[in-house]
Amino acid sequence: MTSIFRKFYFFLIALFLALPLIVVAGVSVNQKQTLAFPPQGLSVSWYGEIFTNPEWRNALVASVTLAVLSAALAVAIALPLAWFLWRRVAPWANIFQLLGVAPFTLPPVITALGLLTFWATAGFYGQPWTAVVSHAIFFVTLPLVTLSLGFTSIDRSLVEAAATMGADDRTIFRTIVLPLILPYIVSGYAFAFVLSLNEYIVAYMTVGFTMETLPIKIFNALRYGYTPTMASVTVLFVSTAAIIFSLVARFGDLPKLLGAMSSDGK
Amino acid sequence: MRREPPQTIGDYAPLLFPAAMLTIFFVVPFGTMIAVSFFQRQQGGFYTPAFVYDNYARFLSAFFGGVLGFSLSLAIAVAVCCVVLALPFTYLLTRMARSVQVVWLVVLLSVLSLSEVIIGFAWSTLFSRTAGITNILVALGLMTEAKALTPSFSAVLTGMVYQAFPYTVLVLFPALVRLDPTLTEAARTLGASPVKAFFTVVVPTLRNTIIATLIMVFIFALGSYLLPQLLGRPQHWTLSVLITDQAIYQSNMPFAAAMAVFLVLVTLGLVALTVIAGRKGEVA
Repeated sequence: MTSIFRKFYFFLIALFLALPLIVVAGVSVNQKQTLAFPPQGLSVSWYGEIFTNPEWRNALVASVTLAVLSAALAVAIALPLAWFLWRRVAPWANIFQLLGVAPFTLPPVITALGLLTFWATAGFYGQPWTAVVSHAIFFVTLPLVTLSLGFTSIDRSLVEAAATMGADDRTIFRTIVLPLILPYIVSGYAFAFVLSLNEYIVAYMTVGFTMETLPIKIFNALRYGYTPTMASVTVLFVSTAAIIFSLVARFGDLPKLLGAMSSDGK
Repeated sequence: MRREPPQTIGDYAPLLFPAAMLTIFFVVPFGTMIAVSFFQRQQGGFYTPAFVYDNYARFLSAFFGGVLGFSLSLAIAVAVCCVVLALPFTYLLTRMARSVQVVWLVVLLSVLSLSEVIIGFAWSTLFSRTAGITNILVALGLMTEAKALTPSFSAVLTGMVYQAFPYTVLVLFPALVRLDPTLTEAARTLGASPVKAFFTVVVPTLRNTIIATLIMVFIFALGSYLLPQLLGRPQHWTLSVLITDQAIYQSNMPFAAAMAVFLVLVTLGLVALTVIAGRKGEVA
């Protein structure tokens, strides 16, 4: 009885989560350029459109470039900070951890507006690199959280042993800390990358008029009517996210990354 | 190795880059925004340094007060719907095999990472007359004619619950996965049904977690910006929409900044409440 109830409940949640994606996937293979579900005819030409139509291709290139660079910058900010907080006793340094978490906790429009006023005041408004910095600051929280978690899981006696044998900080970092922390760097990067790919408001308010990322392109296209390419881009994005998170789960401990105890502890 | 206080100036070196980046590109912009919120607006989209309260005074007018009230009520509605849906779901999920959990977590993360634009587009398609859910109902014989369900308040609410649901599950997940299973086992041994055990043991134990989650989802929903525009009517627009509208289209940065500062104050107040709720949880 309760088992049936549970299955039904999970089915409803799954349906709720999947329904919009099913409809969009259906629309994306429509033969004609109309919004119709169930799809009329079958065509994958709208997927080709993403890569052949210069407008969509440019937006795709802009989004991927932005995500690759800003996620790298976010990791570059988070890694030394998380390492320092793990290695040193400096209570005041926690304020930087707080600053690293703040942009993601506040409503995004606030970070976006803050950066907009800043770039406008500094005279850099509209430069493509400002979007990279903006996204890195906005998403620095994600690698910071995964890396802090990673550092707490390092057995300090290992490091102690290396230090007793005469290894300096640099050697310890290279030979012990880095290999142990690498999965957390990768997952932190992956989280920041996927979220940057999909981010709208920060990109829109910092470089929206000079650079069109895919979410901005979809929104602009929505205002002027409908094209099935939007649907195919959506399917492409969801698949990318699902693949990346599956890889993180395959090579890392996803429940642990999301706050569960380690797999042997449960 | 034990953590040590920094000995030399060189020990601070790793902190240099992160501290500089966060200060220059987060603290300074934030300060700039607060400063601009007191500036005087000039005609034609410019503003000059000043110290006036006009922007705040205007914000507290009846119209914007109404928008603020609507934004807050909408965020509360989203938070309540999400927690009610997600709490039993997350509880049951944490009791499942780890491999099943992983699959669900991948799905939830994928939905969570979806752009608001994409969620808005997907739901507006689903609520449309030509490609929408009503076509399925017609096909099943439950409705006579397909119709558009958007723009409407329920469309905005559905879209926002969809957006916030994975977030809610992921916020609840750590607390629920660490919940001591012997608690419910004891209740079951004493003859309580699983449903009764859930409501009499799990829910009261997690009272503070639930309150903290409600507040976090509330803040998350408060940030929603595109869904009210894509799925609702202008009267469903939230503060985030108005802030962007003032900043980009009306070129009134001081006014946009004043509204943003106000939003920060509301959010910080709520974060403080979450922390207090968390502290009480530790004591108990």
